[in-house]
Amino acid sequence: MDVGYFLKLLLSGLTRGSIYALIALGYTMVYGIIKLINFAHGELYMLGAFTGLIVASLMSYSGINPVLSLIVATIIAIIYSSAYGVAIEKIAYKPLRKSQRLSALISAIGVSMFLQNFVLLFQTSDFLSFPNLIPTFKFLKPVENYLSSAQVLIYICTALFLIGFTILVKFTKTGKAMRATSQDSKMAQLLGISINKVISFTFLIGSAAAAIGGVLISSQVGQINFYIGFIVGIKAFVAAVLGGIGSLAGAVLGSFVLGLVESFGTGYISSNYEDLFAFVVLIVILTFKPAGLLGKSEKQKV
Amino acid sequence: MKIKGLLVTLLALVLLAGCAKDSKDAPIKIGVPGAQSGDLASYGIPTVRAVEIYAELWNKKGGVLGRQIQVLAEDESCKPELATNVAAKLVGEKVDGIIGHICSGTTKAAMGIYRDAKIVAITPSATSNDLTDSGEYPNFFRAIAKDSFQAVTAAKLVSSLGFKQVAILHDKGDYGKSFATAVKDILEKEGNVKVTLFDGITVGAVDYSAILNKVGGAGAEAVVFGGYHPEASKLVTQMKKSNMDIAFISDDGVKDDTFIQVAKEFAEGVYATGPQDTSSSTMAQEAIKLHEEKYGEKPGAFFLNACAAIESLLKAIEIAGTTDYDAVRKALQSNKFDTTLGKIGFSQTGDPIGVEFTPFQVVNGKYVEVKY
Repeated sequence: MDVGYFLKLLLSGLTRGSIYALIALGYTMVYGIIKLINFAHGELYMLGAFTGLIVASLMSYSGINPVLSLIVATIIAIIYSSAYGVAIEKIAYKPLRKSQRLSALISAIGVSMFLQNFVLLFQTSDFLSFPNLIPTFKFLKPVENYLSSAQVLIYICTALFLIGFTILVKFTKTGKAMRATSQDSKMAQLLGISINKVISFTFLIGSAAAAIGGVLISSQVGQINFYIGFIVGIKAFVAAVLGGIGSLAGAVLGSFVLGLVESFGTGYISSNYEDLFAFVVLIVILTFKPAGLLGKSEKQKV
Repeated sequence: MKIKGLLVTLLALVLLAGCAKDSKDAPIKIGVPGAQSGDLASYGIPTVRAVEIYAELWNKKGGVLGRQIQVLAEDESCKPELATNVAAKLVGEKVDGIIGHICSGTTKAAMGIYRDAKIVAITPSATSNDLTDSGEYPNFFRAIAKDSFQAVTAAKLVSSLGFKQVAILHDKGDYGKSFATAVKDILEKEGNVKVTLFDGITVGAVDYSAILNKVGGAGAEAVVFGGYHPEASKLVTQMKKSNMDIAFISDDGVKDDTFIQVAKEFAEGVYATGPQDTSSSTMAQEAIKLHEEKYGEKPGAFFLNACAAIESLLKAIEIAGTTDYDAVRKALQSNKFDTTLGKIGFSQTGDPIGVEFTPFQVVNGKYVEVKY
């Protein structure tokens, strides 16, 4: 068929995929360390977007140029979301660390609902317009019908996150501590690793990733409300499971598979069944690879 | 024994006298069920206020048929399961007429109860086609044009703007899909405009570029969208950002100022159909002024429709000379009423005559009526 059309669908799929990946990386990171599906992760993304909007609006009132306000808004969003992330862990997850995994999961869902309603009550239930903070890159002029600068920026951030997180986990001392905590937290503690610090740090960078995602994606989409975190969170969660939850490369791969399936499904069949395609692929992959595309199935010692 | 018999007779006499008194001087009760709390309270409260304002006006003039009007507002939060309770309660109160419900779903749930109790109901806002098209509710009237009228207006706009190929999208919800399907049916029947794509989109998705690529690939000159403003503003924003310069035509769910506030400069040029703006008429101006005096703010959604509904109902009772169901129904169907929506009447099915949808376009950040 038409090559141009195919290319456009491919790029839409990649855009969707990298949007999901920005969120899925945080999910998988937290899961990798403490085996908890942090359902509040989507809400940290939403809080990042709201913080970004507030800061960016204040700055645009004072006439500061968009690039600077994008940077400042992102930094403040990171600080704010990370503070929330760490606080959530201390308040809602830490007391439950020794209880069943299900309790912490329920607690995570509770936090997610709490944050949604908190923003609903203290901000607004309306959709808000998010300013376009991402500047237009001149070098993209020849391909502007195919690729926008926001898309390029999202691709770059996804790639940087993946590389950065991988280096962090594989090659640094903190990373070593994280892996140790993940494998056996009791043993790690006995060997002098402060697992509280390690877990807080994991939440910190996971939330920072969510905040950056929040500012960038909202800037591309153009509107936010209190509910955006939930919808994106669910999709990113599916992507993380698809790729093998706990695996960083898996989260990105799973996100791209999901994004491309949705995009080609929409383009060649019908967007009526967009979610259906996504979940059919999930079921098929989990049937053949229960741990996800790149997930390692853990052997349980009895 | 004798004393007891006497007492019974006395009591019966008192009761009889009470009854006789009831039908002449007792107030005419108007039930106003609707969403008065919750998410959609902003749709229901203006109706309560409209009925209260009109009841006060009529009561000052001596009421209807010499009887005062009493307003019974009941909240159902736009929930069908609550609507049936509220309906049963109003029937128990022996109301003489209903102005409501507000949402199509609750109206559908409650209307059978009023029908069986022989109570006339006029809704200011429920637009679902079924309510009148099914013919199930002879007691039902509405002071707002039904959804399929909206599709007629949109289809007319498409052809008069000279488009030959359009893509029709919807949000898969009841409201959006029925609008989109109706537009498609009309355009295909007329045959001048080709529908090259008909598809549903996922509400809340982060990115619509795939479906927009499909729209571009289908060679559409315009997009007709059935749904609400959050998706519409995302679609429009993405279209403009990716240099897709084709017209966007939508429905009443988009003809909302929130749409312009969110989509900002990207909203410019968007078409949407909405109820005809009659707020400049003298009657509407008066009603709005009374509302501002009484409540200290501008009236909300469907206020003028509710004013028209209560005015028509009270006048119909006056013309009929009774609150009897058949007589009031006949009076509503065979007369024209001067209302805040202009001169309106009601058809045999209960749809309003003279209440129209018109196309609007965003020009300089405001919806302006399109003249053609």
